[in-house]
Amino acid sequence: MKKPYQSLEDNLTNNMKQVIHRKLDRNILRLSLIILLAFSTSLHAQEGDPVAGKALFNTNCAACHQLDKKMTGPALRNVEARLADEEGLDREWLSKWIRNSAGVIKSGDAYAVKIFDEYGGAAMTAYPQLSDEDISNILAYTAEEKKEAPAAAAGGAVAANPQSDGASNTLILAGLAILFAILAGALVLVNKTLRRFADEKGIELNQGQKTTPIWKAFVQNQFLVLVSVVVLMLAGGYFVYGYLMQVGVNQGYEPVQPIHFSHKIHAGDNGIDCKYCHSSARVSKTSGIPSLNVCMNCHKSIYEYNGETTAEYSKEFYDGEIKKLYDAVGWDDAEQKYTGEEKPVKWVRIHNLPDFAYFNHSQHVTVAGLECQTCHGPVEEMEIMSQHSPLTMGWCINCHRDTEVKVKDNPYYTKIHEQLSKKYGVEKLTAAQMGGLECGKCHY
Amino acid sequence: MSSNKKYWKSVEELNENSSIVETLKQNEFVNEIPTDEFLGDKDKLEGSSTTRRDFLKYVGFSTAAASLAACEGPVIKSIPYVVQPETIIPGVANYYATTVADGFDFASVLVKTREGRPIKIENNSLATTDGGANARVNASVLGLYDSLRVKTPMKGESEISWSTFNSETSQKLEQLAGAGKQIVLLTQTYASPSTSKLISEFKEKYSTANHVVYDAVSESAALDAFQAKYNERGLASYNFSLATTIVSVAADILGDWQGGGFDAGYSQSRVPVNGKMSRHIQFEANMSLAGANADKRVAVTPSQQKLVLAKLHSLIVGSAFSKSLPAHVEKAVQAAASQLKKAGSTGVLVTGVNDVNAQTVVLEINEALNSKAFDPKTPIKTRQGNDKAVKTLVADMKAGKVGAIIMSGVNPLYTLPNATEFAEGLKKTELSVTFSMKVDETASVTQYVAAAPHNLESWGDVELRKGHFGLIQPTIRPLFNTRQFQDALLMWNGNDVVYSDYIKTLWKNDILNGASYNQALHDGVFVSKGSSVIGDTTVETEENLETPSSNAASVLAASVAPKGMELTLYTKVGMGDGQQANNPWLQEFPDPITRTSWDNYLTVSAADAKELGLENKHVATGGLDGSYADITVNGKSITVPVIIQPGQAKGSVGLALGYGRTAGLKDEMKTGVNGYPLYNNFNNVQSVTVAKASGMHEFACVQLQNTLMGREDIIKETTLEIFNTKDKKHWNAVPVVSLNHQETPVTSPEVDLWDEFDRSIGHHFNLSIDLNACTGCGACVIACHAENNVPVVGKEEIRRSRDMHWLRIDRYYSSEDTFDEDITKKTEFSGLFGDKGSLSGFGELEVAADNPQVVFQPVMCQHCNHAPCETVCPVAATSHGRQGQNHMAYNRCVGTRYCANNCPYKVRRFNWFLYNGNDEFDYHMNDDLGRMVVNPDVTVRSRGVMEKCSMCIQMTQKTILDAKRDGRVIKDGEFQTACSSACSNGAMVFGDINDKESKVAKLLEDDRMYHLLEYVGTKPNVQYHTKVRNTSEA
Repeated sequence: MKKPYQSLEDNLTNNMKQVIHRKLDRNILRLSLIILLAFSTSLHAQEGDPVAGKALFNTNCAACHQLDKKMTGPALRNVEARLADEEGLDREWLSKWIRNSAGVIKSGDAYAVKIFDEYGGAAMTAYPQLSDEDISNILAYTAEEKKEAPAAAAGGAVAANPQSDGASNTLILAGLAILFAILAGALVLVNKTLRRFADEKGIELNQGQKTTPIWKAFVQNQFLVLVSVVVLMLAGGYFVYGYLMQVGVNQGYEPVQPIHFSHKIHAGDNGIDCKYCHSSARVSKTSGIPSLNVCMNCHKSIYEYNGETTAEYSKEFYDGEIKKLYDAVGWDDAEQKYTGEEKPVKWVRIHNLPDFAYFNHSQHVTVAGLECQTCHGPVEEMEIMSQHSPLTMGWCINCHRDTEVKVKDNPYYTKIHEQLSKKYGVEKLTAAQMGGLECGKCHY
Repeated sequence: MSSNKKYWKSVEELNENSSIVETLKQNEFVNEIPTDEFLGDKDKLEGSSTTRRDFLKYVGFSTAAASLAACEGPVIKSIPYVVQPETIIPGVANYYATTVADGFDFASVLVKTREGRPIKIENNSLATTDGGANARVNASVLGLYDSLRVKTPMKGESEISWSTFNSETSQKLEQLAGAGKQIVLLTQTYASPSTSKLISEFKEKYSTANHVVYDAVSESAALDAFQAKYNERGLASYNFSLATTIVSVAADILGDWQGGGFDAGYSQSRVPVNGKMSRHIQFEANMSLAGANADKRVAVTPSQQKLVLAKLHSLIVGSAFSKSLPAHVEKAVQAAASQLKKAGSTGVLVTGVNDVNAQTVVLEINEALNSKAFDPKTPIKTRQGNDKAVKTLVADMKAGKVGAIIMSGVNPLYTLPNATEFAEGLKKTELSVTFSMKVDETASVTQYVAAAPHNLESWGDVELRKGHFGLIQPTIRPLFNTRQFQDALLMWNGNDVVYSDYIKTLWKNDILNGASYNQALHDGVFVSKGSSVIGDTTVETEENLETPSSNAASVLAASVAPKGMELTLYTKVGMGDGQQANNPWLQEFPDPITRTSWDNYLTVSAADAKELGLENKHVATGGLDGSYADITVNGKSITVPVIIQPGQAKGSVGLALGYGRTAGLKDEMKTGVNGYPLYNNFNNVQSVTVAKASGMHEFACVQLQNTLMGREDIIKETTLEIFNTKDKKHWNAVPVVSLNHQETPVTSPEVDLWDEFDRSIGHHFNLSIDLNACTGCGACVIACHAENNVPVVGKEEIRRSRDMHWLRIDRYYSSEDTFDEDITKKTEFSGLFGDKGSLSGFGELEVAADNPQVVFQPVMCQHCNHAPCETVCPVAATSHGRQGQNHMAYNRCVGTRYCANNCPYKVRRFNWFLYNGNDEFDYHMNDDLGRMVVNPDVTVRSRGVMEKCSMCIQMTQKTILDAKRDGRVIKDGEFQTACSSACSNGAMVFGDINDKESKVAKLLEDDRMYHLLEYVGTKPNVQYHTKVRNTSEA
């Protein structure tokens, strides 16, 4: 309802009064807020719950808004206070805007139109379902002070622990070493003293009969020599064989990548499904290294890292890696647009099968329904990706011998499973029984 | 005591105080050793800080480092897309429908692309016209990755930009048009509605413009005859599947005759169904594919061919004919005529005689027969060249009347018989432009070379037959800075539209009749139901037309044989008109008839060879040496090597076009001699004198055992009469062996050395090859190369019989007139000597007959269930799969070659060298560009391993995986191999015999089915179907 004014003058004074009133109000409010912050939190709840606000913010607003950074929409830290300060707009206006921004723009509100134009003429989605309480919760969340990287401090503390552990270990070791040195020294001293006593007392120490030294005896015993040579050769052969068999096996290969991509953060902390990024694993022989546009699905809005950090991997470090991504894909974060300057990332390939071995991801992922971790290990815990399995033929074959074929609900298998399981007299067929050990299944 | 002995080194030592002894004690070599002499530069050596010890240290260290480094794997980089195209999934192939239209070959095809690069060409099953890709079309994908392609437009020797090209040429064109000078567009046959429209717009803009269509291998006579009769420029189309009697006079209906593409229909009529199959009679001079497949082949010289036609005309239509033919020809013509008349509307006559009267006679006879196979209503549009116009053009150029010549898709300096005159005329033009992929013979002398894209990088449309359209779409972004001829036309016409949009608009307005353009693009083909508004309805003006005589038959009958011998110029299945000469696949592709690769040659009959003293000698397993001969046509003389060709008509010789290229190709590909200079008046028949020249030419052949020598187990054949009337055991008996003096069939388990393995569960693959439907065209050979990364080894290696073809098509001649007589002769041998002695008899059987019967037999690994190769491999590198395939694990193979020695079919191939990335084998696998054609699903083999046909296990595995992923049962027809899917004739059928409803399972039960060398007991998984010849003269 518009309030009809009696006259223009009336209107003006009224407005002025309102402004003065509000200014006063705000000062008092601020003061009380500081007091409240300092002494009490219970009262805060009346103004809105920032915890509930955060949840609401993340579900409704985060797609387009950040607290401290312009995105699709403006940065929202202290939005209420800022609007009140700079534009003289109150919560009522904000509520109206949140519930129906298009309506506000249509009504010709100057600031609304300005914002609308500034952000490329895209109206904000209307949220009529948000209650007053919800809005006040969200605003309370936006009004929270920016935390100055508390995570980093915590991380530092965490990181310090293993260091001190290491230090104590060396200390203990050093102590032990000194102890042993003292003991050894004491023994020598004791021995020396005893000999001196013996000398003094004229006791001739029994030098023993002239026995042949043990090595000479060993050399003279040809049987023993033969046995030990054989043993040595066998052992040598064993180790040489072991060495040669691991040539070309790159288990544990953990190369430095051009961008430090942490599977731990993505697949572990954030629980992103492997196949969201490695989508071709479902249909193709290669799992595919995700193209950078897939990264940008999320990283358009995730421009900084706010998770746990360590001394080695600090927030700055991770933020720097995100910058590297932006640089590669040609994303101008400030302007929120692509520059078109693309620099493809040259990842170092970790899992390298030789060309003569054919492996198909979709066979294992989609048909067999295997977890990626079966072969790739606990990727969700890997800060740096490494090769978990040896990827040798023996390793493949062993799994094929043990793994049962997932035949349920797959009409392809119905007939062959029925016939083969009868033939082999088993309930469930292994991949090997299905023909998974034939040379030509992987080598052509 | 030995210890008391003292040895004196010299008498000087007796002197106690000798200084010499003292000096020698200190220094063994008193004089300095003359090391300078062999160490050279003393200053440099002294200046060097490297001592001998240092040197040894370095050697030791580097050896150790090298061996350590060898244990360390290389760092492999993976570079994903920045923005991945939605349609591309790495590792999954995409297929696009397009049309190959290079002016000589036209085919609707599917292109298989992997990660965005085309790697293989396949048949488009939606196409009703030209849906079968021949060997050249299959190989054309390699042309895309030709390292000698023109990479950017050029002016003379220097590279220029397209904007320079555009501005300079359009300025010059306008200037020339203003001055009233003739502007000529000399192009290949495009048969493209949009290009025709563009050219007519070009003519509107430049009033002096003229368009000349030039086919290197002319069909002008047939076109002129058709136009004279039906008032439309085209070629009558034939559907041989509707014919019961096919009579061909010098028409290679299974080769490149009238554009080719008739073999699928032909093969359909050749397979006996309900005891019926077509009968094919061929009159010809050279041994062609059609002749080799014919039931009756009559060798007649080119001049007699005209008489044969006249005689046929007189016998069927009833014109007068008084000339006499040789008795056996006369008899054959009588028989052919009576059979044609009897067949009536199911009979058809075709001719390849390049004479307008001969062509007219054929049109008349087919009309008279009311032949169903003959279709003048939807004429073939893929040949439009006009000889007269080309001749006029050359004369005009020489006279200096032509101001500008713009060429596209043609190479007249190579293909014109009067190329020197053309070159002379070219110098008189003020502007010469050629759109070319190579700096070929023509491009190297024109002012501008406009870098043209490959067919697979281009847009376009084709009207293959009237109302039957095909669309060309790019399957890869242009590799180089190239532009199409049509783009340039748009630019010269001042039209800003992109060519692809131009096509779209044209199609929407004039062709599609409201049908969806996207659907047409998806299908690659479109058949207009009603009469389309547009089509290429070019009608040549009267002056450029060769008009047939009103009484064509009598003119034909009056033709006289020239003096001397008659030369027939033809095109080979492998090389065509020669535009793909830089394609190593095609160079190494053995000719189906002569089985010779890397060459062309003069084919001479045995009788003529004897008269002229020409000879062929077998010098090694793959080595054939042939005499050289000087041949002279019209004063022009060239020296060519000779191959003695069974079946060549006496008094005639043959020479293939398409060889002897000199520019725009690698040295290795500069093979053979150029026959075009002899192609006077665009007539493929020339009067010629042949004389022996000195020296012998080294040919590389893949098969020198030319005859079957009565070995009926290799190729079984019978006649239609016996096939229809007698039991299977008379014509396709299972071989028997003696067990306890009882005849026991080899298929019985009692006589088997091996235990039977139960293969009834899961898939069991079989490949069936019908010898009746196989024409020997060789499309499967090239498809196999492309699919399986088969290397090219070069002429020298082929001569050492080290060819790597996984799939070969054996060709056998009969030694007597028929194979039947061979068998009779063999069985009648008695004793070693005498008339029927086997010693001389087998010698005779090695020699092919003058006009032999011919059979083709594709042979690849037979995937024996009881494979001899598997049992002898010391490292178990080759083993058997449950699905019937004989596996080959390359990484396990150590190269003993025992398996190849033990293989009764000789299908295993050994990698004597590393054929990729090796400068000694400078073919496509030696450069990065050429390697882009490699199929990523198949290992590229290395030196020292054995390889062979895998029955395309990568394809069967993919089919199975797709079904597993979709959770469905596999339907018949889904399983394919590269060869079976390339075979448009239906000769090769692949599938799962455990699926009892499948085609191949039914073929296994067919009476005609037999296995190759069945008596060996190998139980192959490749079936052959007995060849039936329709020798019954009706």
